[in-house]
Amino acid sequence: MNFGFTEEQELLRQEVRKLLDAASPLETVRKVAETPEGYSRELWKQIAELGWLGLTIPEAHGGAGLGWVDLTVVLEEMGRTLFPSPFLATTLAAAAIADAGSDAQKQRWLSRLADGSRIATLAVLEAGDRPGPAGIQLAATPLGDGFALSGEKVQVLDGAAADLLVVAFRTGRAADDVALAVVERSAPGVAVENTPSIDATKRVARVRLDGARIAPDAVMGGAWPALARTLDRAAAAVTAEMVGAAEGALHLTVGYARQRSQFGSPIGRFQGVKHPLAEMYVDVESWKSLLYWAAWCIDRGEADAPRAVSLAKAYASEAFARIGIDAVQLHGGIGYTWEYDAQLYLKRSKWARPIFGDSDFHYDRVAAGWRAQGAA
Amino acid sequence: MDFDLSPAEEKFRAEVRAFLDEMLPPGTDTNDPKWMGDWLRRVRAKRWVGFSWPREVGGGGGSIMEQVILKEEMAKRKAPALGACFMGLAWVGPAIIQYGSEAQKQRFIPDILDGKYQWCTGYSEPGSGSDLASLQCRASRDGDHYVVDGQKIWTSIAMWSKWMILLVRTDPTSEKHEGITCLLVEMDTPGITVRPIRNMSGGAMFAEVFFDRVRVPVENRLGAEGQGWQVTVSALAFERSSIAEVEGLRRKLEELVELARGCVKNGRPALEDDAIRRRIARFDARIEAMRMNGMRFLTKQLKGEPLGAETSINKLHRAALEIELGDLALEIEGSAGHLEREVDGGRWQRFALSWPEVVIGGGTPNIQKNIIAERVLGLPKD
Repeated sequence: MNFGFTEEQELLRQEVRKLLDAASPLETVRKVAETPEGYSRELWKQIAELGWLGLTIPEAHGGAGLGWVDLTVVLEEMGRTLFPSPFLATTLAAAAIADAGSDAQKQRWLSRLADGSRIATLAVLEAGDRPGPAGIQLAATPLGDGFALSGEKVQVLDGAAADLLVVAFRTGRAADDVALAVVERSAPGVAVENTPSIDATKRVARVRLDGARIAPDAVMGGAWPALARTLDRAAAAVTAEMVGAAEGALHLTVGYARQRSQFGSPIGRFQGVKHPLAEMYVDVESWKSLLYWAAWCIDRGEADAPRAVSLAKAYASEAFARIGIDAVQLHGGIGYTWEYDAQLYLKRSKWARPIFGDSDFHYDRVAAGWRAQGAA
Repeated sequence: MDFDLSPAEEKFRAEVRAFLDEMLPPGTDTNDPKWMGDWLRRVRAKRWVGFSWPREVGGGGGSIMEQVILKEEMAKRKAPALGACFMGLAWVGPAIIQYGSEAQKQRFIPDILDGKYQWCTGYSEPGSGSDLASLQCRASRDGDHYVVDGQKIWTSIAMWSKWMILLVRTDPTSEKHEGITCLLVEMDTPGITVRPIRNMSGGAMFAEVFFDRVRVPVENRLGAEGQGWQVTVSALAFERSSIAEVEGLRRKLEELVELARGCVKNGRPALEDDAIRRRIARFDARIEAMRMNGMRFLTKQLKGEPLGAETSINKLHRAALEIELGDLALEIEGSAGHLEREVDGGRWQRFALSWPEVVIGGGTPNIQKNIIAERVLGLPKD
C-alpha cells in the first residue's frame, strides 16, 4: 500500500516547477495572454525537447509511455502558474488517437504530437451543452469512400492554435453511434474562430465545419468507448490543473493575510479570515485525494475510473469556484484590481468549472452508479 | 501509487474475514448477551482487543496496515466493538502504557483489555471547553494524597464508570499548560457526586461530576506532577485512522439512498428529484474524499512520518456529514420529517438529534479550523 508519488514523479514535479517558475511566472503569463497566439512558441519548443509533450504518448510513437498519475504531477504545476499553452489540448487529442486509432493512424499522427511539430485538440461539445454522447449531433454524409462533416463545435480548447482537430460526430441513431475524425485545420470547409474567455490564459474556439471532407483513413469508427475514456481522462486532467491553481490562490491569500495589518494585527489572526482559508485547504486536499485515486484508476483501467473521476471533478468544480471568489474577497479592495493576481485565479475557476462537465453533470453520473449497483 | 496489499497482509485480511463469516452469519442477533460474551472472549483470545498495543502489555502488536485491515473489515460487516471498555481502549490505556508506572500497568491494563469496568474522562469544565488548558479543578498535596476540589462537565458515562482519568491544576502559579497533572480516580471515593445531564435527544450519556475534598493516593498520579497536559495530548494522538468512521458514514449514505428511493416527493421517488439526488451525491464525494485522505495519511505513517494537523481535515468532513446526512434525511421524509416515530421507527430523527456527540467532543469544527490555519497555513495564533 502506497498512496504517494514515486521518486521519479517527485523529480518530474521539481523539473516542471523549476522551468515554469523561471520561464513563466505570472507577470510573463499576463504578457503572453495578451498576445494574439496566447502561448509562447519558444517555451512550446522547450517543453517538447524536455519530452513533456510525449509524456503519455506510447513509446512506440515517440513518447515516454507514462500514465495519468505522471501527467497529474505536470498539470498541477502548470495550474499553479496558470501556464498558458496548448499542452492540455494536445495531450487529450493524443490520448483519443492512442485509444481509438488504428496502428497506421497512431503511426501517422502521434509522433508529430510527441515532438511538438503539430498542435492538436479535441472537438466534442456542441451548442446543446451536453457533455455525454447524446450531445454529439454533428452530421456526417457519405462522400466517396469517406464523409463530409457539417456542423458546429464549441469550447474547443486551443482551437485557434491547433493544426489538427479530433472531431466527434454521429454515425447512427443509437446513443453511442459516435466516430472520431482527424481533421486538418487548414482543410477546405473548416473555419475556426477564437471565442475569448474571461480567463485570458485559456483559449477556446468555435469550429464550423461546412462539408469538410474526411478521407476514410482519417476516421476512427465505433469510437464512443474510447472517447468516453478520453473524456474521463480530460476531466481528471482539468481537475489536476485546478489543484495547482487553487493552491496558487490559497498561497497568495495566506501570504496576504499574514502580512496585511488592520486593527493592530495581521488579519490572518481573525477567525473571519483564517476559517475560510482553512476551508480552502480542506477542500483542495480532499479533491486532490480523489483526483489521485481517479488517476490511479485510469492508469490501471479500473472499472471505478468514471466514478472516481466524477467525484473528483464534481468536488473541484464546486470548491474551486468558491476558492476563486474567497481569494478575491479576503484581499479586500486590492483583490479587485487588474494589477493584483487574485483575479486571475477567480477567472480560471470560471473556465474550469464547466469544462468536461460541471458538478451537476458529474454528481448525476455518480448517482447513476448507485442505481446500477442497486445501492450506494 | 499502489493500493495492493502484501501477501502477509492479504493473509491477515482473509483470517479476519473468515472469523467474521463464522461469527456473523446472516440473522445474528448481536444484542444477545450470550452471543456478545462469546464475541468478547474470542476477539480477546485473538489479541484483537488493544490490537495496536505492544504484546508485552497484552496487546496484539498489530502493524499499522493490519490495524487498518482489521478496522475496515469490522466496519464493513457492522461488527460490534472489539472490547467493552471504550475509553480505556481509546486513550486511557495508551496513556498508561506510555506514562504509567509498572504497578499501574499491571493494575489497569489487563482489566481494560478484559473490559471488566468502564473508564470515564474528566477533562472539560464549565469554564474550560475548547480552551481546555484553562481548567481550574484544583488538587493540593496533603501527605501521600492529593485533595481534589472542583467540577467537571460533559463527562460521558460517568454514572456507569468505575474509574476516571482526571485533569487537575496542581500549580496555580505556573504557566497555563504546565500546572496541570493527571490523576486516576476511583469513582466511589467519598466526595464525588455525579449528576447526569439530559441531552436534546432525550437520553443522558454524559454528566456533571463534583469533587468535594476528594482524596486521591499519590500512587494514582499518571506521569509526573505538571506533566498532565503532555499525557493527555500524546494519548489523544493515539487516535489513528478514520477508516472505521468512513465505513460507518458509507453505510449511512447507502441507507439515505434507500430512504430517498422509498419516500415520495411531489408524487415521485425523492431520489428522482435532481436537487435531492445531487445533494446525496455530494455526500458521496465527501465520504470518498475522507477515505482517500485517510489513504494519504496512512502512506505518511507507513513511511514513519508523524501525522500532524492534517487529521483535522477528516474531522471537519465528518462533523459536516454527521449533521447534514441526518438533516437531509428529515427533509426527504417531507412533512413527516419532524414526527418522532412515523418513518422507519424514527431512526433518522434520533440520528438528526445525536450529532453533537461526535461533532463537539474532541474539538469543535471551529477549533479544527484554527488548528489547520495556525499549524498548516502558518497564520498567527488567536
